[in-house]
Amino acid sequence: MPAEPTPTGAHAASTATGAGAPPQRLAQAALRDVPWEVGVAKPEPAIVVDGVVRTFGGLTAVSVDHLEIQRGGITGLIGPNGAGKTTLFNLLTGFDQPDGGTWSFDGRPLGKLSPHQVARLGVVRTFQLTKALSRLTVLQNMLLGAQGQKGESFFRALVPGIWRSQEKANTDKAMELLRRFKLDAKKDDFAGTLSGGQRKLLEMARALMSDPKVVMLDEPMAGVNPALTQSLLGHVKDLREQGMTVVFVEHDMDVVRDISDWVVVMAAGKVIAEGPPESISQNRAVVDAYLGAHHDAPLTVEEEDRVLAEAEASIADDERTDDVGRPGRGEKKRTDR
Amino acid sequence: MAELLDALAVALKAGIGFQAVFFALLAIGLNIQFGYTGLLNFGQIAFALLGGYGIAISVSQWGLPFWVGVLIGLAAAVVLALLLGIPTLRLRADYLAIATIAAAEGLRLTFRSVSATPVTAGTRGLSGFSDPFVSLAPWDPAARFRILGTTWSGADLWVTLVGWVLVALACLLVWLLVRSPWGRVVKSIREDEDAVRALGKNVYVYKMQALVLGGVLGALGGMVYAVGTASATPDQYQNANTFLAYAALILGGAARVLGPVIGAMLLYFIIQFADTGLRTLIGNGVIPEDLLSATDVAQIRFVLIGLGLILLLIFRPQGIFGDRREVMLDAR
Repeated sequence: MPAEPTPTGAHAASTATGAGAPPQRLAQAALRDVPWEVGVAKPEPAIVVDGVVRTFGGLTAVSVDHLEIQRGGITGLIGPNGAGKTTLFNLLTGFDQPDGGTWSFDGRPLGKLSPHQVARLGVVRTFQLTKALSRLTVLQNMLLGAQGQKGESFFRALVPGIWRSQEKANTDKAMELLRRFKLDAKKDDFAGTLSGGQRKLLEMARALMSDPKVVMLDEPMAGVNPALTQSLLGHVKDLREQGMTVVFVEHDMDVVRDISDWVVVMAAGKVIAEGPPESISQNRAVVDAYLGAHHDAPLTVEEEDRVLAEAEASIADDERTDDVGRPGRGEKKRTDR
Repeated sequence: MAELLDALAVALKAGIGFQAVFFALLAIGLNIQFGYTGLLNFGQIAFALLGGYGIAISVSQWGLPFWVGVLIGLAAAVVLALLLGIPTLRLRADYLAIATIAAAEGLRLTFRSVSATPVTAGTRGLSGFSDPFVSLAPWDPAARFRILGTTWSGADLWVTLVGWVLVALACLLVWLLVRSPWGRVVKSIREDEDAVRALGKNVYVYKMQALVLGGVLGALGGMVYAVGTASATPDQYQNANTFLAYAALILGGAARVLGPVIGAMLLYFIIQFADTGLRTLIGNGVIPEDLLSATDVAQIRFVLIGLGLILLLIFRPQGIFGDRREVMLDAR
């Protein structure tokens, strides 16, 4: 095989596709030489977070010193429940304001922007609890996502001639996306009649209507059946192929390992580790965060032998004292318990 | 039997009279706010009060031309909508509800208070401001017309006619708006405003536009009522009217262009028919006097309306024009 030792997992898959240089491989190649350290600088950051702190009363929900997110890559954000992942999402998209810190997108500071202003810059998000607009049809849901619509201004709305051609173009685009997400047959159904997984698909498709630069997905796979998960994964990978930057929160480690170029681990509001997916499962801080810091380390063969010898010695010791001294002692101890 | 037919004719007159126009305009305003945008305005009558008094005070007290009074009334409604909306529309929906219900009651009490008497004439109210408008009628305002077995004065007929033209224009406006992208944004806000924010729409501006538009329509309703009764007294503008307008909206079907109009006509027809019909039956002796006296009728008709609404919500929750599938989505 080649002289260059190829790593396993995602790397192997990406090198196998050859040198056609689609964007996904650019991001991954760029990140290959980045050290696996918290707060490390990326070659081409799209989002830069600096000293963002958010407290709720006495609880520090998020306290991120420095975090950069690589452009054109898929960054997975993982961590135990209550780690502050969704709060960080809310802060980055303007749905919540931090106590301090700065964060920027493409060099433009995002602080003090409201959610719709952040969205107009090209950073769209989805929600953990899917927000399908139930009493609108699937197609209307999609059309809402389009940006810069002339007919959305009150007075221009009254003159259909102004917005009709734009509406038609948007409808074509929406149908194209719906076909990709296999929702085109449902276009005239109320979004409220869709299944949970279909709503996730619709929400993602709706976000794409705005031609975003960054897509932030909050648990896109939660509550989705395994068959649909595969198709959702495919769509997320497609986003990367089209040059979008994807940040997603996910609990399923298989999914994270499968699609992310880079993984950021949060716990108790802090970023505790980052690196390519294969680095994460070996990371001491990550294991501590998920299993608790005082977990038992696995035994090595030597340790096992030593522990066994100690145990045998103490048993032998006990037996000797029992024989010599008071005979009922061991039994009494047991009943005390 | 003939008496019941008379009662029916009287009720029909009420169903197409200026009172029905009043409720229709209030309900169209509420339809924009509540039906399409999901805003809970529980003080729609406050906008009507400002509309009615806008004309009454301008003409009777300040001696301004009638049409200037109309503009003042509309401007006052816009200002009230802004005052109510600026602090509350960034908050959860219930805050607007609280603020509007308080504003409606507060304004009425202010207008009937002693200290406001030099301007509003207190509980006695203002009159004599509608003549410039009534004199525009192409027929003799004092003439009597017989239509469908009821008598209309020329003035009544003129106010009612203009009122229905206003209702038609308002419906046209709503129809144009809700089928446009603007309407789509507003309906989406009703469903989930955070989702709309995440897609780059300024939710606050849309909610404000809906609140102002609905308020302006409410003010027009108040003007029709003031001109129709040729007087403006604070107690015409009891907040119960807001809830009757909601009843009309739900009866006709919320988030439907014609829902509030048909609802208002039907509601006013039923109120009037219950009233005259019951009185007739008591007068005939069909209903014994000790069971129900004529003085109780004014109250009992609202009990009947309430019962009817309960039955409506059980058997046809979407109203007359509504889409049952749409309403049932919430039950999931």
